[in-house]
Amino acid sequence: MRNPLSDKVIDIKPSGIRKFFDIVQDMDDVISLGVGEPDFDTPWHIRDEGIYSLEKGRTFYTSNSGLKDLKQEVSNYVKRTQGVTYNQASQVFITVGGSEAIDLAMRAMVNPGDEVLIPQPSYVSYEPCAILADAVPVIINLKEENEFRLTAKELEESITDKTKILVLPFPNNPTGAIMEKSDLEAIAKIIIEHDLYVISDEIYAELTYKGKHVSIISLPGMAERTIYINGFSKAYAMTGWRLGYACGPEAIISQMIKIHQFAIMCAPTTSQYAGVEALRNGDEDVDMMRQEYDRRRKYLLHEFNKMGIDCFEPFGAFYVFPNIKKFGLSSDDFALQLLEKERLAVVPGTAFGDCGEGFIRISYAYSLEDLKKALERLRHFISELGK
Amino acid sequence: MALREEILSVIEKNSRIGIDELAAAIGASEIDVANEVKAMEDAGIICGYHTMIDWSKTSIEKVMALIEVKVTPTRGMGFDSISERIYKFPQVSSLYLMSGSFDLMVIVEGKTLLEVAEFVNTKLAVLDTVQSTATHFILKKYKDHGTILTAKYEDTREKVSP
Repeated sequence: MRNPLSDKVIDIKPSGIRKFFDIVQDMDDVISLGVGEPDFDTPWHIRDEGIYSLEKGRTFYTSNSGLKDLKQEVSNYVKRTQGVTYNQASQVFITVGGSEAIDLAMRAMVNPGDEVLIPQPSYVSYEPCAILADAVPVIINLKEENEFRLTAKELEESITDKTKILVLPFPNNPTGAIMEKSDLEAIAKIIIEHDLYVISDEIYAELTYKGKHVSIISLPGMAERTIYINGFSKAYAMTGWRLGYACGPEAIISQMIKIHQFAIMCAPTTSQYAGVEALRNGDEDVDMMRQEYDRRRKYLLHEFNKMGIDCFEPFGAFYVFPNIKKFGLSSDDFALQLLEKERLAVVPGTAFGDCGEGFIRISYAYSLEDLKKALERLRHFISELGK
Repeated sequence: MALREEILSVIEKNSRIGIDELAAAIGASEIDVANEVKAMEDAGIICGYHTMIDWSKTSIEKVMALIEVKVTPTRGMGFDSISERIYKFPQVSSLYLMSGSFDLMVIVEGKTLLEVAEFVNTKLAVLDTVQSTATHFILKKYKDHGTILTAKYEDTREKVSP
């Protein structure tokens, strides 16, 4: 028989998280700080709208681009948070989570050989999506000394005449880094100068702890060259609903919808009805969750400080990314030993790119009580390492 | 949010949190937090640190009734004087002045149905200013003080995810 597989797919490295996941699965009594999704339930009024839509029999496809009401709410949301107007009919569409939008944006925009700049550490899907779209991923290694923000210098040094797209993953998973307005202004200049496009993954937009999140689309000349991606998973604790969206120039969005229409048809209808309710009446829930995350964030940083673990202060998402270099173990070994000896799961920084070496990702999508218990294990682990 | 409100919003849900942890979570010094807590205790803003117990899961029998009471307010004292005569009974766990079709909502706890009925008959209904009572026994508690009692929170997330 012939080899049934695609070389391109075979060549893609499996996610570094997968390996870890498999080990954890076979262990009981594990406390985990390794989860990349909120611990909160989806607020009841949002779930209730989903249930109601089912009761009413709204169980059919929606239009390919999504419910008009939902697209309008998305448009309103982007307008009120970033001051940018997208026409719901031609510049907004609803996806199966932010991840689908990332995939579609790459596929719609690159030609074979085009270079896509991917700052790392970052979410695991950018690089494979670029490869699957026949682009050449070019990694920009972000640095702790810059609080893992992307600097103009780093960007400029990575650009070649083949560079077409910059992926902008802020607020960032796994580092918790944000880009403030001045940081964005510095890179926007270079983006325009080199005529690049941006895929801006802003799924954690609502979770920032140092003023409101600023999107690059709010800067002059940037909305025209940016695909803005956001969704419901993190802001409204709706990961399992698989609901996200993309906004951008009509020329790009219409091609993304073309792929979406053939590959997916439409985002889940129940989720879309729930999403309308989330955007209309969910602000208070988001405020409550943000406040809760912020307390946990402060608590963790305080405890790390007491334990002598170095960690820059992250202002976004729900992760901290402590530096563990002084313990003399690689990220993988640190995480593995922590799991074996203390039954505490964290994710090695290397799961998010080679430059994550020397760091671990700790999620604070856990109650303060759970964090406290977990930190006791971490404290014990570190004190044993020192012996 | 001001320090006071921050503290309250945390300890409303978790009164057992340590001062150190509380201070860390709201980004204030332990001294400031301890002083603020003390000040709020003195001012009667923080009125106690009770434990929520689902007695139905223990071997101790408890019966709770919600009693609607209509009373005649007294000149010069309104409802305060009759309320005081009611809330001083240790059987009364809560007492609220209500708007609407009755005046006082009395929540009474006892060991048995009979004991509660006895209290209503011999202590409450016979008070001079009480016009009428309507007693409702609580059959099952689903949710109390914002906490769902019938189902426990379970973390069903995958243990590790990107």
